Amino acid sequence: MKFTEEHEWLRVEGDEVVVGITAHAAEQLGDVVFIELPDEGTTVSKDDEIVVIESVKAASDILAPLDGEITEVNEALVEEPGKVNDDPEGESWFFKMKIEDMSALDDLMDEAAYKKFIG
Amino acid sequence: MSDLKRTPLYDLHVALSAKMVPFAGYEMPVQYPMGVMKEHLHCRAAAGLFDVSHMGQVILRADDPETAKAALERLIPQDVLGLGEGRQRYGFFTNNSGGVEDDLMFANRGDHLFVVVNAACKEADVARMRAALEPEVTVKLLENRALLALQGPKAEAVLADLHPQVADMRFMDVATVPLAGAECWVSRSGYTGEDGYEISVPLAAAKDLAQVLLAHPAVEPIGLGARDSLRLEAGLCLYGHDIDAATSPVEGGLTWAIQKVRRAGGDREGGFPGAGRILDEMIGGAARRRVGLQPAGRAPMRDGTPLFASAEDDTPIGSVTSGGFGPTVGAPVAMGYVDAALAKTGTELFGEVRGKRLPVAVAKLPFVAAGFKR
Repeated sequence: MKFTEEHEWLRVEGDEVVVGITAHAAEQLGDVVFIELPDEGTTVSKDDEIVVIESVKAASDILAPLDGEITEVNEALVEEPGKVNDDPEGESWFFKMKIEDMSALDDLMDEAAYKKFIG
Repeated sequence: MSDLKRTPLYDLHVALSAKMVPFAGYEMPVQYPMGVMKEHLHCRAAAGLFDVSHMGQVILRADDPETAKAALERLIPQDVLGLGEGRQRYGFFTNNSGGVEDDLMFANRGDHLFVVVNAACKEADVARMRAALEPEVTVKLLENRALLALQGPKAEAVLADLHPQVADMRFMDVATVPLAGAECWVSRSGYTGEDGYEISVPLAAAKDLAQVLLAHPAVEPIGLGARDSLRLEAGLCLYGHDIDAATSPVEGGLTWAIQKVRRAGGDREGGFPGAGRILDEMIGGAARRRVGLQPAGRAPMRDGTPLFASAEDDTPIGSVTSGGFGPTVGAPVAMGYVDAALAKTGTELFGEVRGKRLPVAVAKLPFVAAGFKR
């Protein structure tokens, strides 16, 4: 798994990456009550605001981690946003995307670096 | 957070692993490990303990208690003289333009009045009372007492274990009751929409009392996060959001708290700041009204969300003043102000969230029926 400073995790599955938020981020957000996902097929650039996530406390955005195209979104989260708190790094992925340059993944943090990042 | 004040329960909050945040000049627990959602639901199902020691506790005393009561009536549009001993009322300080300076609870405790005001306003409230009431009335802000709230359907059973007298109290009764070895001033009231008690306790005994209450299996500590969602579902105003110096009690839907004797035609009509505007609006109506708002979708509409009469109109007809997710309702809930013509329950409006017009309907308050023991 790779990690961003925006507290997303990325897992490579074939020629796609699966993206979600880390357990640390889910814990910081608190109980998630609303999620808005992008449309499948959307072309995104790194740092585009593509997911809206609202917890009992506040609204925040999830940014596109890299350039690419959204291939699939996890509709189950829209129906049951609380699943993000239950299993943030497993079942509760947000979207899958095809990234333009797989080598860009190398610039992201590995697990040890992310753990250090969140202190 | 070095400039922030701490309540006598600060160490207990930290020991309970609370997440502490700055609020009204204090370091306060926003949530405990249970989390806002579960804390909220627990309070509605069993009992929750809140530290509200940041609020201002004030004693008004005069040689003749009637003098203090009559004097307080100069600052608030409530019937203070008619409040019986051992009873409490909700009220609000008004200003000369008819706005609300703060809301408060006041109790007739026999030889004095006991007033509880919001933390963020307490210095201003004390200054206002000193200016208007002294020297005939002494105004004393208490620094030697903490304030706890025990709220929820099991609050009576929990507190009655400590002293059976509290079970006999009705909603808005106040009494002096020994709890955990200290003289406590108990009222049967709160700000969650649930049955429960607010307990003024001497500082030295506050932690002991909190720990005795938390030792009961029905009781969990509840932070400010759930306090906010509980009061929002109960349709209760948060001062500075749902009511402020520019909103009148009529706009705010608080005329139920202005007793007949202070209204037009009453024996002690007017005589409080802004009475002209407020009494006029009680007869002629206000231009805007506070209403409940039920978003049709899942997206919460938060404080500041502009409201529109249609999906196309350019001019807002109001805005949200409190909004979020209602854990008991299981959906987003909000309150806000709209033009009086659009204040009828069921009126379909639109809230603009992240640039999109989302449907929202004017809804009856409260969202969750009150559990008071009247």
